[in-house]
Amino acid sequence: MSKPANEWTALTLTQACAAIHKGEFSPLEFTHACLERIETLEPRLNAFLHIAGEAALAQAAKTDPASPLPLPIAVKDVLTVENMPCTCGSKILEGFVPPYTATAVKRLQEAGAIVIGKTNTDEFAMGSSTENSAYRVTHNPWDLSRVPGGSSGGSAAAVAARLVPAALGTDTGGSIRQPASFCGLTGLKPTYGRVPRYGLVAYGSSLDCAGVLAQSAEDAALVFSLMAGHDPLDATSADVPLPALTLKVEGSLPLRGLRIGVPQEYFISGIQPGVERTVKNAIEQLSHLGAEVQQVSLPHTEYALPVYYIIAPAEASANLARFDGIRYGPREQAESLWEVYIRTRGRRFGAEVERRIMLGTYALSAGYYDAFYGQAQKARTLIRRDFEQVFEQVDLIAAPVAPTTAFPIGAHGDDPLAMYLEDIFTLPANLAGVPGLAFPVGFDENGLPVGLQLMGPHFREDLLLQVAHAYQQTTDWHLKRPPIDNK
Amino acid sequence: MEFEPVIGLEVHAELQTESKMFCACPVVDSTQAAPNTTVCPVCAGMPGALPVLNQKAVAYGLRVALALECEVNRISIFARKNYFYPDLPKGYQISQYELPLAEHGHLLIQTSEGEERIRIRRVHLEEDTGKLTHVEGGSLLDLNRAGVPLLEIVSEPDLRSVEAARAYGEALRAILRYLEVNSGDMEKGVIRFEANVSVRPKGSRELGTRVEIKNLNSFRALERAVSFEIERQSRILAAGGVIEQETLGWDEARQATYSQRSKEDAHDYRYFPEPDLPPLVIADEWVEQVRAALPELPRQKSSRFMQQYGLSAYDAALLTAEKEVALYFEAAVQALPASVSPKMLVNWLTGDMFALLNQSGGLSGLGRIPPANLAGLVKLVAEDEINAATGKEVLAEMFAGGQSAEEIVQRRGLRQVSDSALIAALVRQVLEECPAEVAAYRSGKETVMNWLFGQVMRRAAGKANPQVVRRELERQLKV
Repeated sequence: MSKPANEWTALTLTQACAAIHKGEFSPLEFTHACLERIETLEPRLNAFLHIAGEAALAQAAKTDPASPLPLPIAVKDVLTVENMPCTCGSKILEGFVPPYTATAVKRLQEAGAIVIGKTNTDEFAMGSSTENSAYRVTHNPWDLSRVPGGSSGGSAAAVAARLVPAALGTDTGGSIRQPASFCGLTGLKPTYGRVPRYGLVAYGSSLDCAGVLAQSAEDAALVFSLMAGHDPLDATSADVPLPALTLKVEGSLPLRGLRIGVPQEYFISGIQPGVERTVKNAIEQLSHLGAEVQQVSLPHTEYALPVYYIIAPAEASANLARFDGIRYGPREQAESLWEVYIRTRGRRFGAEVERRIMLGTYALSAGYYDAFYGQAQKARTLIRRDFEQVFEQVDLIAAPVAPTTAFPIGAHGDDPLAMYLEDIFTLPANLAGVPGLAFPVGFDENGLPVGLQLMGPHFREDLLLQVAHAYQQTTDWHLKRPPIDNK
Repeated sequence: MEFEPVIGLEVHAELQTESKMFCACPVVDSTQAAPNTTVCPVCAGMPGALPVLNQKAVAYGLRVALALECEVNRISIFARKNYFYPDLPKGYQISQYELPLAEHGHLLIQTSEGEERIRIRRVHLEEDTGKLTHVEGGSLLDLNRAGVPLLEIVSEPDLRSVEAARAYGEALRAILRYLEVNSGDMEKGVIRFEANVSVRPKGSRELGTRVEIKNLNSFRALERAVSFEIERQSRILAAGGVIEQETLGWDEARQATYSQRSKEDAHDYRYFPEPDLPPLVIADEWVEQVRAALPELPRQKSSRFMQQYGLSAYDAALLTAEKEVALYFEAAVQALPASVSPKMLVNWLTGDMFALLNQSGGLSGLGRIPPANLAGLVKLVAEDEINAATGKEVLAEMFAGGQSAEEIVQRRGLRQVSDSALIAALVRQVLEECPAEVAAYRSGKETVMNWLFGQVMRRAAGKANPQVVRRELERQLKV
């Protein structure tokens, strides 16, 4: 039975695709519905940096309803889309319109997807709350006084508020999984190299992954399967076949035979009791579904934070050198070349970006390289080995996504270290290059979503999605909707 | 005190692949192409664009590395070299630092001291920068050259004279051209030198403080800059001064080096492994494949020429310095009858033919005389069909008009007269007409002979066989 138009946007992506395939409504009608909802809710959320309404409608009118993904999506503003502004949340790219589309986005467009707009992000994806955007602060649909997480906070808020059925994000140290957790979504950070990085504006090149924020494992699987695969334009993209992603749940013990490891290092002091309780309940639910849960150890976990804050800024210090006002982007006028550089970069990069460029430059400097960058690379190898060893004992790892639920806007305003601690459970997967999935497993005492993180061996996204899907078939946390429509 | 220079060279050679090092943009002649016409998001350093390694550039690099007898690293690493300048689109240059493509090679050069073995420290791949042109009121940026593959070849400080530095540069250029990886067009900037120069008291084993001279774009600039530095440093040391470690430029107009950066201002390039490119893994089979396909190199060719054609080391080196000349010589020698000495062909080629080429703008003029035609000319001279003077005239006409020597000689009736009866008659005639000169000769003024010889040759319109004329003159005057 068809639903009325104002309920279309309540559908999951998989449901909406099915409805379009059945002819219940057209891609154009659905895009209209999304744009209307954006018009109503966006003023309260600030999820977008750019809304491409006209272009999206024009594209929707041409979209083949039979294509695999004939739907509007939103794209984090660090992924390029031809002829759409790309600011990366920074004033240094104000007005920049790239002439090319990121491979991940292009593949979805070829599958029918319509890019409806670019979502807010911490400047160059550096942050965990989206407060570091140079343009606006995005609000969490579950509590507008709180952050949506970050750096893919705009994408998370947009999907949580059902402005779009799914959105793309990027994850360098947790930037998909943590906002997914804060906003009650299913967020997949694929294996490093699984989804091409061409068109992903680099922050930490050896860590950056494009992925998806959606309402369910099924939705995430569909989008992910369309984006993944080797790209001749990205030398670090992997040429590894994608396993079939048909998620199935059979019997009352669908996870029988699955070994899940729970790392003791991820339950530290500082984790909020509501988070710890909810995560442990979820792990118990997985064992009810037949999984065999055991404690494991990732002994070098404590080094993940310092290692990350050397490697990512080091790479960033080089990656962001190209923003010099010479070839594109705004240029501050000055008398000498050096003044042009100093003014353009000094005035147009935000404080957190400056801080990381300084950190990275220092870590790579003559006389410090071995002590910082060199040591960090060695420690990174140890962290990667931790995972390899644990995956000899178990099939996947279950852990919290972040030590807290969504915090109030401004809570970490003057304390970058407190903000860095938000990523303490998500950084290791990036350093090891393994896939990670966050999905909602309950709420804390304030009614804020709590996520569970699954991490698996390289290229086993299918396993993570399969387990989350099994969980979602027996629970309905992922279907809970934020109270934003109640106002 | 006598001083000895210690010189090491860094040579940057463009690899003339079809496309750039990390993108699909074509490699064009950046001195000719309209600015910024072969530029894409990758080589313009746009956000989100990524480099993908051109395997052809690696193959070209391998050719050079193997020709220089280097050890090829089976795993080599690309690195980012960080600095700010408008011609560097990404704010870093993708280069190699630790683990370059190849190491520990050598190059044999020939100087007046004999053969010298110059060690090669490393050979690595990197990308070229764009080109900045300063104009009234601003600077213009052309990114056509940005991302063109470069091979940096670094020697050990084994060169001990300006002559050796030049010989090394020339030998390297010849190899690059033989390998067909570089055009060798110095004026287009496809080969650039940087020289590290220090001096020390002769006999000392310690190295002096060195300076680095950047951007030397011709052999002439290399020679001048290095000898300027040797003199400057020797003068300072002789006066009891000390040399500052610094980076110098070469001022072509003033013919002098000038300081660009002192040691204190030296860049910290903050090299680190390029995360966008996986380590470059080179399989043994690839190395062997490239090695097997290496062409004959200048020195090999030179020794073969000596052996096969009985040439001197000097001639062989002269012929093999440029690949085109060597190929031309071999094609011509094939067309030469076995009775004619190849040495004679060499003389015509490196003498009169080179002179014509020099007047007409270089080696491209070689094609104006097919090799077989030059052999034809040499044959006519060797077989006394024409004399040497006529030969020169014929060669010039061949060069201008493209006809064969045989055709020209035939058409213009230049064939030499060796008929002794005919020549005897001409000599008799001249002697009869010039009794005074004959008397002078007979009274002991022997130089008159040359004058009389000229008279006979003039009568013969230059076509008489000079040996026969001389013999006949001597015979009749003795009577």
